[in-house]
Parts: sequence; C-alpha cells; structure tokens
Amino acid sequence: MLSTAAQLANSTPPQLLPARQLMAFTLASHILLVPFGVALPFITLLMHHRALRRNDPVALTLARRWSAVMAVQFAVGVVTGTVLSFEFGLLWPGMMGRWGDVFGLGFGIEAWAFFLEAVLIAIYLYGWRRLKPWTHFWLAVPLPLAALMGAFGIIAANSWMNTPQGFRPDAQGNPVDVDVRQAIFTPMFGPEYWHFVVAMLLTAGYVVAGVYAVGWLRGRRDRYHRLGFTVPFTVAAILTPVQFMLGDSAARAVFHKQPIKFAAMEIVWKTDTHVPEYMFGRLHPDGTISGGVKIPQLDSILAGLSPDTKVTGLSSVAASDRPTATQATIAHWAFDIMVTIGSVLILLALWYGWCWLRRRDLPRSRWFFRCAAIAGVACLVTVECGWITTEVGRQPWIVYHHMRVSEAVTGTRAASLWAMLGIVMAVYVAVFGSFLAVVLKMRTRWRIADEGSAAARADLPPETDTPYGPRSEPEPSTTGAEPGGSDRTAGGAS
Amino acid sequence: MADFIAWVMVLAIAAYACAGGTDYGAGFWDLLAGGAERGKRPRWLIDHAMAPVWEVNNVWLIFILVIMWTGFPTMFQAVFSAMWLPLALAAVGLVLRGAGFALRKPTRRLAQQRVFGAAFAIASLLTPFFLGAVLGGIASGRVKVGTTASADAWANGTSVLVGLLAIAATAFLGAVFLCSDALRFGADDLVAYFRLRALIAFAAVVVLALIGLPVTHDDARYVWDGLTGGLGLLLIILAAVCGLATVLLLWRRSYGWSRHTSVASVALVVGAWGCAQRPYLLPTSLTVAEAAGAGHTLRWLVIVTAIAILLVGPALVLLYRLDTMGELEELTDADTRAAGTPGDHL
Repeated sequence: MLSTAAQLANSTPPQLLPARQLMAFTLASHILLVPFGVALPFITLLMHHRALRRNDPVALTLARRWSAVMAVQFAVGVVTGTVLSFEFGLLWPGMMGRWGDVFGLGFGIEAWAFFLEAVLIAIYLYGWRRLKPWTHFWLAVPLPLAALMGAFGIIAANSWMNTPQGFRPDAQGNPVDVDVRQAIFTPMFGPEYWHFVVAMLLTAGYVVAGVYAVGWLRGRRDRYHRLGFTVPFTVAAILTPVQFMLGDSAARAVFHKQPIKFAAMEIVWKTDTHVPEYMFGRLHPDGTISGGVKIPQLDSILAGLSPDTKVTGLSSVAASDRPTATQATIAHWAFDIMVTIGSVLILLALWYGWCWLRRRDLPRSRWFFRCAAIAGVACLVTVECGWITTEVGRQPWIVYHHMRVSEAVTGTRAASLWAMLGIVMAVYVAVFGSFLAVVLKMRTRWRIADEGSAAARADLPPETDTPYGPRSEPEPSTTGAEPGGSDRTAGGAS
Repeated sequence: MADFIAWVMVLAIAAYACAGGTDYGAGFWDLLAGGAERGKRPRWLIDHAMAPVWEVNNVWLIFILVIMWTGFPTMFQAVFSAMWLPLALAAVGLVLRGAGFALRKPTRRLAQQRVFGAAFAIASLLTPFFLGAVLGGIASGRVKVGTTASADAWANGTSVLVGLLAIAATAFLGAVFLCSDALRFGADDLVAYFRLRALIAFAAVVVLALIGLPVTHDDARYVWDGLTGGLGLLLIILAAVCGLATVLLLWRRSYGWSRHTSVASVALVVGAWGCAQRPYLLPTSLTVAEAAGAGHTLRWLVIVTAIAILLVGPALVLLYRLDTMGELEELTDADTRAAGTPGDHL
C-alpha cells in the first residue's frame, strides 16, 4: 500500500486542483451560514422568552424579525448543505467508497438531527400567528438541542478524518474490524466539538449584535437597539474567554495527536526543544523562515507549558507525507489570524464586562461600538480561518496517515470539474448576493417602519410605548439599573 | 442486516419521491402557470402550500445519500463515478430551486420575483429529470463498479424515459395535493384548475408507462422481468389500482382521500422497483450482500435509524397535522412591522 501511495503522491492527477477548489469554495460559502443555523435559534429563543415572560413588545418584535431572517438563512443553508453531500460522491468517491462505512454514521446522526431541525424550524417560523404563545415557544425549545446534535455528527466525521480509528487496515489498506463507537469518539472529537459549538454561538452573537451596534453609532439609541445589541452581545461576551480556553486545549490536542499538523500551524521545521514562536512569517521549502515576529522559547511553552518541551518539526517526516511550505504557511497564517482576533475579542468582552460591573450599563465610548460592529465580521473571518487551519494543516491526507487526497479524488476529467467550478461559483455568487440583498432590504423596511411609528408617537410619553426603563440616555444611578440588570439576566441565566 | 438497510433505503427513496415529488410537482405547475397576471393565483397557492414543508421534504434526499455511503459505500462510489454529470446538474438544480423559492417570497419587486420564480420553476423540472435518469441508468444495468463517467450511462432511452416519468409523476402528485390545498385555503376556482391538471398528468404517466414497456424490454431486462412478474407485478398492480382510485376520487370531487391514494401509488411503484431489483443494488453486477459495508456499522445504522424515527416521527406528524389543519401561517409585514419602500411591486 505504501508504495502505491508514494506513487500516487508523486503523480498528482490533474483533476485534483479543480476538485479541491470546488470543495473549498462550496464549504467556505456554506460555513458562513452554519453559525446562524446552529446558534441563531438559541439567541432568538432567548429574546422570545424575554418577550413572553415580561410581556415586552420590543423583545417580541426583535424575536419575530430575527426569525424572519432565520427563515431565509435556513433555506439557503439547506440547499448549500445538500450540495456538500452530493460533492462527497462527485469529488471524493475514493474516500466514500473505502471509508464510508467506517465514518459515515456521523453523517447519519447529522442527517436525522437536521431533519428534526427542519421540522421544528418550520413549526417555529410558521407558528407565530396561530399557535398559543407559550406552546409556540416550547415547541421551539428542542431546536438548539437538535442543532447541537447535528454539529455532533459533522464534527464526529471531521475529527475522524483527523485522527482516524475504529478499524484495522488489511493488506490492501481496506478497513476491517470496524468499531463504530471508536470511530465516532476519536481523540480529536472532544476538543474540536466544543471549540466548534462555542465558535458558532460566539459568531452568531457578535454578528447580530454588530447590526445594532451600527444602528447605535448612527444615533438610533432607543430601547429596540439597546435590547437587540445587549442580548446577543452578552451571550458572545460570556463565551469569548471560554472559547480562548477551548481553543488552547484544541491546539494542545493537535500537538499531541497530530504533531505534523501542529508543526505546520506553527511552522516548526526541525524537531527541537526551546522552539521559538513565530507570529506570521513565511516558511520556505528549505526550512528557513522570513518575516514575522519571533518570540524565543514561546512555542515550546505554549505546547507543553515548559521551554524544555520537545516540538516535532515538519522535516521529521518525508516531504510527501507533510504539508508543503506554502500549505504550512497558509495554515500558520490562518491559525495566527484566528488567535489574534480571538485575543482582541477578549479585550472587547472585558471592556463590556467592566462597564457592567461598574455601572450596570453599556460602555459609552463610540470606540466600543465601532469595535462591536466589526466583531461580527471578524468572527466570520475566524470561522473561515479555523476551518482552513484544520483542513490545510492535514494535507496531503484526506484520512490522516491512511489516504491521500489524491487517492480519493474522482476520475472525472479536469475540464469538466473546472466548468463545474465556474457554474457553481456563478450560482453561489448570485444566491449569496441575493440573500444579502434580501436581508438588507428587510432591514430597510423595518427601519422605515420604526422611524415612521416613532414620528407618530413623538408627542406621547415614552412609557406608553415601552413599559420598562427610559428610552433616552439613562442616568447612571437608579434609572439605568433596571434595564441593565434585567438584560444581563436574560443573557446569562435563561 | 444488509437487506434490511436496503429496504430502509427504498423506503427513504419512496418518501422522497412522495414528499419531495409533491414539491417538484408544485414547481412544475408554477412553471406552466402563465404570465405574472394570469399565474398570480396558482402561484399564490403554490407558495402558501409549499412554504412550511419544503425544507423537510428536501432532507429525505440527504438521508438517502447518507444511507448509501454508510451502508453501501461501494455502490455509492460506483453511482457517483458513473453518473457524474446528471448528479452534478441535479445538485445545481437543487440550489437554484431552493434559493429561488426561498428568495421569491421576501422580495417585493416583480422583476426580481420573476427571476427567482423562473429559477425555482425550471429547476423543479430539471432536478427530478436528472434524478430519474440516474435511476433509469442504474435499473438498466449501465452502472457497474469501475464504470467511468460517460454520456451513455444516462443519455439513453431507458434513462430519458424514467426521467420523463419522474416529471409526470411529480406533476400528478403536485396537482392532487394542490387540489386539497386550494380547498383548504378556500380558493374554489383553483380546485377545478388543479383537478384538470391532475387528470392530465395521470394520463401522461399512463402513456409514458405504456411507451416504456417496449423501450425497456431489452434495455433493462432484469428489472423489466421483475416488474412484470411475481411480487413486483403485484405491487405494480396495486399501484395502478391506487392511481385509478385517485382518478375516480378526483372525478367524483372527493378530495380527502385522493392525497393518500396518489402517495400510495407512487410509493408502491418505488417499492415494486425495489422488489424487481432484488437481490441486486446494481443489476446485474453488484448484489446487496456484496455491496454491504461493515456489519458493525450496519447494526449501528439500524439503531440510529430506530432512535431517529422515535424522535423525528412525532415531530413530522405534528408538522404535517398542523400544516393540514391550517395552523401554520407565515409572518406578515404587520407582524414584523415592516414598511413598504419606494419601488415595491415594480
């Protein structure tokens, strides 16, 4: 098997590049929708619960509007997700043919969880008008759990590709003695799963809050924007430090279970102790590194909490068994961007937390809201980066140490695949562009309606419209405390 | 165990053919509904009838693919290698269809609705055709382990015929369901409209099936024999009885049961095809037993399926019940407090 593998590695089939590009493009597009599929229902339900418990019309409007966005987002996510399951067969028949029965069950769990999610989301989205308010709410409560279950299936499959187990290869390299439980709970599963789930919640929270941060910066400082900002931002801010710890443990798990991938992420060339950490920089095929900031000893310390920790280098395995210098540099940059953004987000979360503790109020600085507005986009970037790190860092393996990407690829001619890539890119640009245009249009409609009704109510005292708390700039003492304290409870406790 | 999983897969295909097929059929009638003014009412009905359930109906397809690669990885590899182009086109069709349908609703400009509507309607025609062509190619024994992608696998008489049959069957299902939906939404004029179309579509299915008999006689001999004898024939006869019962019910304007009989007829045809192919997954080169994945995986697939049926089944029943009772209704602009903007309805 090893000799055929080496042969295949040397002769890269021409269809490999377009197949990779097609998979990368469709996944990179789909993954931008995943945070909302997994976490937007949860955030919406928080707001919905608040609306029902306190009979709060502003919260109810927010929850309804978010669910209207969810409807379109979920539909686009369903179709781009279906395309991915087609692509497993269209692009990587070799992988599915040999390994489908070893790691496919994760997808089976995901498919059923997704089925449940589709059913529940349909009931939730279309139940607003006729179902009893609390019945409607409780029917949607399993929704976030179904989303977690779906993520479980997908991450089980992906972590298996990173640390495959639960089988024994026979003389031809085909798997025998399959043990499904081992194949699902692989060493990378735990770290990857929690890191992923929290990333999804975090991203959805920051993106939704970012929309209202922009409104806030434009001077729309009513309760609607305050609430729309506070609930998702609180969820995200609480989870940001948690994510930092989870990310750290995930990186450490990679260090132990996939040392070559870790070496690529940190562009470590030679196995050594006292390894320095490079912030960015570029790895060359001869092992030299240009550019970047070098911090002595730090990589060893981060990997094993001691400068004496031995870090495996890329050069410890044959060139055909490790990422190329370019691939390593890509994985390294993606990893560093992810870590940098994550660290900056912690500062933002601390800023927010500090203001809450001191004044029970949002920070007053415009810079805080500017940063909050960017945080959502930054999170989407980290999601892409995290995915690039894990996928590019695994190269050239599609199944780590068992099958190369070049062995899995379809036999279809490269020209067909390039044509397909062109078609898919055109279709996706149109679909995602339309999706964005529709969502922005909805936002405009809502804003016009709110401004219209605000003008109509201008002569009424604000309490008529909003039963809780003042609408204008709150006083730091008693008046500010009420909405402040309650917002916090809604985000943290329920 | 492998046989059991194979039957689960046939059931899932039947479920997709019925649930997804109804939606494809609605898209087919959307395509033929005429211009913006003439087609306004049928399109309104199609939108309202499909909206709450189409995503759920679509997920059956993902489930079929998962059973294929988990239970029968060799067969999955063979089918996706040999049928590359039709499956790729079906996937593109699925994107255009879903996105077109989802984006048509929240847009207000007529020009945009036209574009999204056209994407939805045309893809509703192409996707079932290509999926049907793949089934036709498999049934005629053109897919073997190691077959490379070629036009012959799907551009042949049997494949084209099965593709057309798929379109006709979805049009039939769609029209039957839209009849009851029209009653449910109180659009009495549309009941007669879709009743006529259901009858035409059924006639088309019968004609295509009759043409199919000589065309597939030599081309897909194994499946042909299976469908014209034994258990396969019995199921086909039952399917025909259900189809005729649907026509009779429509004729006598009793729409309540026509949904069930139409679904039964399509499901029975899929079941008959499953029977006719036994013991092969790919006639006549790959049997169920040969293609089966690891025994441990198949056992777990059964367990996961059983748990999932317990979880999803009640939810699915609730969804369909709420839907047919008219409890599911879209949020309106009044509910989310949205205003009109300049240029709406242009």
